[in-house]
Amino acid sequence: MTIPLSWYIVFGTVLLCISIAGIFINRKNVIVLLMAIELMLLAVDTNFVAFSRFLGDAAGQVFVFFILTVAAAESAIGLAIVVLLFRNRRTVNVAELDALRE
Amino acid sequence: MPMNHAIFQTVCFLVFAGAAALSALGVIGFKNTVHAVLSLVLTFFSAACVWLLLQAEFLALALVVVYVGAVMVLFLFVVMMLDIELEPLREGFIRYLPVGIGAAVIMLFEMLGIIGVRAMNVPAGPNPAGASNIEWLGQALFTHFLLPFEIAALILTVGLVAAVVLALRTRTFSRRQDPARQSAVRAATRLRMVKMPAVKPAPAAAEKETAT
Repeated sequence: MTIPLSWYIVFGTVLLCISIAGIFINRKNVIVLLMAIELMLLAVDTNFVAFSRFLGDAAGQVFVFFILTVAAAESAIGLAIVVLLFRNRRTVNVAELDALRE
Repeated sequence: MPMNHAIFQTVCFLVFAGAAALSALGVIGFKNTVHAVLSLVLTFFSAACVWLLLQAEFLALALVVVYVGAVMVLFLFVVMMLDIELEPLREGFIRYLPVGIGAAVIMLFEMLGIIGVRAMNVPAGPNPAGASNIEWLGQALFTHFLLPFEIAALILTVGLVAAVVLALRTRTFSRRQDPARQSAVRAATRLRMVKMPAVKPAPAAAEKETAT
């Protein structure tokens, strides 16, 4: 392990910041928003794995395992909702989904 | 030889981390959503390689199998199935671009300040498993975390059922079997016995019939 821990954390931070920028600039497209959330989870997972390895604690990697499981279920349900949304409204534009506001 | 090994690892890390960061930029920047999904696939793949450098072999392979193999294919299916007009979704991209980049850069520097890039050059502990990553992970997963493991299985089942129920569409024109009604059927509902007296046809009518 020649690569220090901080490199991995910086890598996770960069991924997280990119996905936050993605949520800011793609705020109309639900699918890209979902993908940005997946990127965020990936950044967090990288942190967990790095700390788990460097501290010698298996709990971090087990937690990443659970995050992967829950994220898979979440994206399946999220995409089902997107399909339903598109079927009913013919759009996935967040700006047009204001039925509750009226 | 150990020196070469170290340099090789560093180069690998830089290449994979750089590829992941660049393709993550592609995810949020590409105009076409299909390209964005493919870019996300590359991001996950590169991140899995970074995890391999961390000696987390099981999770790296699980990331490739679960994400690249299943979730990303699901994304691709949905993106290609829906006929999305991209133009209205792109409006405001330029307007929010400075805000997004500004927020991201500020957050990046704040976080880097918290991390303290120089301060955290902690050396790694010895490889905890001694043998293999999978053995190490499995020991923890099936002893301390057995209940969460079962709950994770339940969550996956609930997710599957929820996705099917959400996307299920009841068709009015479909013809389907109703087993309850099929087994509840009686002879009387299918066949009605009618008692009719035998009638002899009138001779005129019989003649007419033979003529035609």
